[in-house]
Amino acid sequence: MTRSYAAHQHPLWRRALVTREVAVIGLLVVVLVWASSAVPNFSGPLTLPFLLLDVAPILLIALPMTLVIITGEIDLSVASVVGLSSVLLGSLHQHGMSIPLAALVALFVGLLCGLFNGFLVAYVGLPSLAVTIGTLALYRGLAVGILGTTAVTDFPTRWTDLAQQWTTVGRIPYIVFPILVLAVVFGLLLHFTSFGRGIFDIGLNAEAAHFSGVDVARAKLVTFVLTGLVSALAGIDYTLRYGSARGDNATGLELQVIAAVLLGGVSIFGGRGALHGVLGGVLLIGVISSALRLENVTVNVINIIIGLLLVLSVMSTSLLAWVSALRRGIATRRGHSGSEMRRAAA
Amino acid sequence: MSDTSTRGHEAADQPVTLVHPSSQSPVQRAVTTVVRSREIAIVLVLLLIIAAATVKTPSFLFSGNSWRDLLLTPAILMLLAVGEAVVVLTRNVDLSVGSTLAITAYLTGRLFVDNPGIPIIVVVLAGLVVGALLGMVNGLLVALGKVPALVITLGTLYIYRGAVLTWAGSNRINASDLPDSFLNLGTQTVLSIPVLFLVAVVVLAVVGYFLHTARAGRDMYAIGSDPDAAQLYGLRVRRRLMGAFLLSGALAGLAGVVYAARYGTISSGAGTGIELQAVGAVVIGGVAIFGGSGTVWGAAIGAVLLVTINRALPILGIQDFWQQAVVGVLILGAIVLDRVLSARRARTLIKARDAA
Repeated sequence: MTRSYAAHQHPLWRRALVTREVAVIGLLVVVLVWASSAVPNFSGPLTLPFLLLDVAPILLIALPMTLVIITGEIDLSVASVVGLSSVLLGSLHQHGMSIPLAALVALFVGLLCGLFNGFLVAYVGLPSLAVTIGTLALYRGLAVGILGTTAVTDFPTRWTDLAQQWTTVGRIPYIVFPILVLAVVFGLLLHFTSFGRGIFDIGLNAEAAHFSGVDVARAKLVTFVLTGLVSALAGIDYTLRYGSARGDNATGLELQVIAAVLLGGVSIFGGRGALHGVLGGVLLIGVISSALRLENVTVNVINIIIGLLLVLSVMSTSLLAWVSALRRGIATRRGHSGSEMRRAAA
Repeated sequence: MSDTSTRGHEAADQPVTLVHPSSQSPVQRAVTTVVRSREIAIVLVLLLIIAAATVKTPSFLFSGNSWRDLLLTPAILMLLAVGEAVVVLTRNVDLSVGSTLAITAYLTGRLFVDNPGIPIIVVVLAGLVVGALLGMVNGLLVALGKVPALVITLGTLYIYRGAVLTWAGSNRINASDLPDSFLNLGTQTVLSIPVLFLVAVVVLAVVGYFLHTARAGRDMYAIGSDPDAAQLYGLRVRRRLMGAFLLSGALAGLAGVVYAARYGTISSGAGTGIELQAVGAVVIGGVAIFGGSGTVWGAAIGAVLLVTINRALPILGIQDFWQQAVVGVLILGAIVLDRVLSARRARTLIKARDAA
């Protein structure tokens, strides 16, 4: 049998719209509509700004984390980098350094953290899950070691306002603008550059990617460095947003970020995912949490819902595959011979 | 990828040129196996730390209470690490153990509060069974849904934690709510060895023996080495995976009961974040994170090391704030060590092949 490259089974509009990412965004819209109509105060003027302020750190870290997970790796150390950069910002400020300079140092250290992770994973070839559990403890340990149990809280309002306030027109938190810029940059990088194609190739098959000219180690290193850098930025935002630099800031945030990324349709095996889905995933969790809080539903139920969403979203692939296998089976029995080709296309 | 502990067993299956029948006596062989094992490295580090702390402050080891604490404190993490090690061996991971621990710890407290006079054994069994059920949910989802365990157990981490938060609310169970006979378990000793530590050691011995000798145990290694090959070979992959998660859940459930006995105070936040410590202990203990290699012994010693370091560092003059950083360095050191060892083993095998 000659094997020809099967043509796309569905027209372009259908392939673009019937995706997991669109499903997540659709769910986001549904929840938004439900919340605005059914939840008292949700449509109030302050809900959305506060929601955006709350999810800002997760939104930031989710961008590079998407790249890392698409290459088939994972970075569990992000929340510790947030803590470390928060502590650096605080203690340098305490020792009289200006905020922008201290922020630059924090960003640089975040970059170094990412570089260390990336070096061990990409060039030494160690498993990222184990490495970043190690650096999760290491970076958090450094953060707690530097400040102990003390906290730095006397940040000038000039700077904290940047992370706490919003524009008078439209009530858009200032932090949204840099996030938007970064989201566009990461979206372009992932979906419209050869580097981004390489990221997907690595996730699908690192060896094949290598032989088709992708510098696998360097690409992985870059994704980890970006993650470290952006996590440090999230740490600065976190510190200024809550006006407090502590060693245990953002503990456990790594799992929230990963949950959001996976909910957004990125495959944990790598090679699959899209940035708009991830943004949808983060916002979906944010909207659900904020709506339920307004409904006086406690954090625990929100935890359960997020957990269920996560499990269901990953199970859905299996369920859909099962359903389509069932349908294929029926089609074959009816004498359809298209199933072979369809499988090749899929 | 064959692991150190299977060397003796699969010798017969290997080409004769690679492994010759041992010329040593069984005792000699046992000694060599122990001395050359990966676990000995952690034992040495552990002994070194205990020795250093004892030299600095003799009461670290030689006062009655601290000897007890030295063995008692790691018991909980040991139980979790043993279960986690079995799951990791099969190339999976269980992140929900901390939440499972919280559920059964609170369950233990509630049972005592709501049914005064309930026998302790019933409570222990309840903890085991509930833990096993929660583990089975993980196993079902992973084995039947064919979804990566990291995602599933991350989901159930949230779900189980949410469940215990809902159940307990801001309620807290205090030591005064628990019967003295149960709390005594937390401090009782047999021949100056704490009972809870003995429980952990018995569990460790049983699971270790099972993995080493039982067919299902060897299957776990095979599955972790190469899941596809194990499937093709006809191993019951699904059933074994379910078994691994069930065991991990049951041990986390037991750890919850132990937690209640040890600390007496139980809130819904019990064991938050301990899952990463359990994975850390497993990694330090030399279990390969991609499965197929390592022992529960290593994982248990890794757990003891993690806990002991936390207690020893302040004595060694390192502010306890830096503990976590040291733990991080230890985990990274363990991974690098494993990499070096496996590279060396690969070289030896290649040399042996080329020489043949």
